[in-house]
Amino acid sequence: MTLNRRAFIGTGAAAAVALSAPMVRAAGHGKARVVVIGGGAGGATAARYLAKDGAGEIDVTLVEPTRQYYTCFFSNLYIGGFRDISSIGHSYGTLATDYGVNVVHDWAVGVDNTAKTVTLAGGAVLPYDRLILSPGIDFVEDAVPGWSVAAQNKMPHAYKAGSQTELLKAQIEAMPEGGLFAMVAPPNPFRCPPGPYERVSMVAHLLSEINPTAKILVADPKPKFSKMALFQEGWQKHYSGMVDWLGPDFGGGNVTVNPDEMTVSIDGVVEKVDACNVIPAQKAGRICEMAGVMEGNWAPVVPHTMQSRMDENIHILGDATNQGDMPKSGYSANSQAKVAAMAVRGALLGSRVFPAKFSNTCWSLIDTDDGVKVGASYQATDEKIAKVDGFISQTGEDSALRKATYNESLGWYAGITEDMFG
Amino acid sequence: MKITSLTAALAAVLVGSAAVADEIGDAERGAEIYDYCAACHEVGRGAENGIGPHLNGLFGRRAASVGDGYAYSDSLRRAGADGLEWHLRTLDAYIENPKALVSGTRMNFDGLEDAQERADLLAYLRRFSDNPRDIPEADPTARAPEVDLPPEILAIVGDPAYGEYLSSECSTCHQRDGNDDGIPSINNWPSEDFVVAMHAYKQKLRPHPVMQMMAGRLSDEEIAALAAYFKTID
Repeated sequence: MTLNRRAFIGTGAAAAVALSAPMVRAAGHGKARVVVIGGGAGGATAARYLAKDGAGEIDVTLVEPTRQYYTCFFSNLYIGGFRDISSIGHSYGTLATDYGVNVVHDWAVGVDNTAKTVTLAGGAVLPYDRLILSPGIDFVEDAVPGWSVAAQNKMPHAYKAGSQTELLKAQIEAMPEGGLFAMVAPPNPFRCPPGPYERVSMVAHLLSEINPTAKILVADPKPKFSKMALFQEGWQKHYSGMVDWLGPDFGGGNVTVNPDEMTVSIDGVVEKVDACNVIPAQKAGRICEMAGVMEGNWAPVVPHTMQSRMDENIHILGDATNQGDMPKSGYSANSQAKVAAMAVRGALLGSRVFPAKFSNTCWSLIDTDDGVKVGASYQATDEKIAKVDGFISQTGEDSALRKATYNESLGWYAGITEDMFG
Repeated sequence: MKITSLTAALAAVLVGSAAVADEIGDAERGAEIYDYCAACHEVGRGAENGIGPHLNGLFGRRAASVGDGYAYSDSLRRAGADGLEWHLRTLDAYIENPKALVSGTRMNFDGLEDAQERADLLAYLRRFSDNPRDIPEADPTARAPEVDLPPEILAIVGDPAYGEYLSSECSTCHQRDGNDDGIPSINNWPSEDFVVAMHAYKQKLRPHPVMQMMAGRLSDEEIAALAAYFKTID
């Protein structure tokens, strides 16, 4: 005799199941409903795991404005010429056809926490039993005086991948011989801590091929940055004399820009620049504000389940969260998504819930076959997601290891994108 | 006077080195056991690569680092790039069960179960690795703790549902479709090999910082759970 779960519910034994998920069954609709907002490393992963493991008992709706999603991770490799843009683009077809995720390409513009509904720009209203927010980042207004989102075509941020990344690369390629590229680096905390410095490396790689007398100027408000010794060793080794990094001691934290004039002022000294990448200070994606789950610039979460500390029906993933020790990275968001999917499934279906485990690794490419990495494992405590153990590449490693590390990052990219998009 | 004391010191080092080889095991017995290896490996004066690489200077050598174009397996090459070095401890593990340490090695050898036989063999091989850095206290000759897994650990029956959840951490990097570019595939891994390999990472015997970190925080039960889950998938 085979009984599937649905047949089981249909018999007199339904009470046991109903007890484990009283909210949902009492609400009087058939399946549990989860709405996921944002189709990146957090949201796509959560949607896929919920649909895959929900055994047809959870309706999963994924709201993502773009049909073609470009991963921020590896977008620097496109700038360096190591990937083409199409290789970092992904669509949601497999999530829809193979996993039954209801993919809606629209903007979420409102959350009603009491009615438990999400309103979309197109007018649709989506009811949910649990809502997962994985919106990534937005920029803090006036973080870099003179810059606003309206100026993003003159001085791209390229910190949401796609057309911005292509634009930045085109501007670098169009620099005059011996020209100046400037980057305004962001203050902590921000998406992808090694990202700006991998980008500097990739811009240097590109320029050393097409414009070797060009210079790179980095204005940084932070005295230290991720993998600093590794990057500085690499810049010295591969791009000697090209990169000038100015920390706060040299005015890196006192920057204004003028996108119309294409000038950057550092501690009052005005530089004419030929291409400029402004990466402003960041905050959680705007839907977190609409859902009322922000505290300061980020959305605090309960580490064991990734639930909002303000609304237990909302789980938040990735860059938007304030969770503790994990860096804001695609790997982290993917890791958190699996914990959240398990917690949501446990709450809605009464399935088993295991202890939360988190991990992260960030690979960066410095030059051809010169890859480095940093990573850590984490556990949930009541207070925060706390680091357990970690590692980092060492300066002076041999070229075989650096090449293996780069190859490993290629394997990881294939692995995580398959984990996200199916 | 100075010359005398220098000579004495050198003599002490040489004596110490020979004594260390003896401490490892019985090199004379090891020479007999080496007959298993000699079908593929040469060692000693004039040794060259054959079916397997020559074994001169083995202790302290990076895995897969013998030159002359020896064609190592991808798996051993990867282990070498990740930092696997041949020391007493790693050699002992490799000879005991080559595939537990390097999954895809081409060394077609089931392994020596007897710890004393392995010690004797390594005492013999150690003679061909004399090198100033191998003075008694140096790392390559440090006495190894036992790395065998007690049978009760291998006997743990894993919980596949827990393993499925834990496996979601693996699939961030290891591709589910079995592609192994850059990162090896872990599909279709026999349970016991899986358990032994995870413990080898946990004990930092297998190289690779990510895997050492991942395995390092898995309990014996969690490793068994993962093995039980991976057994169920294609």
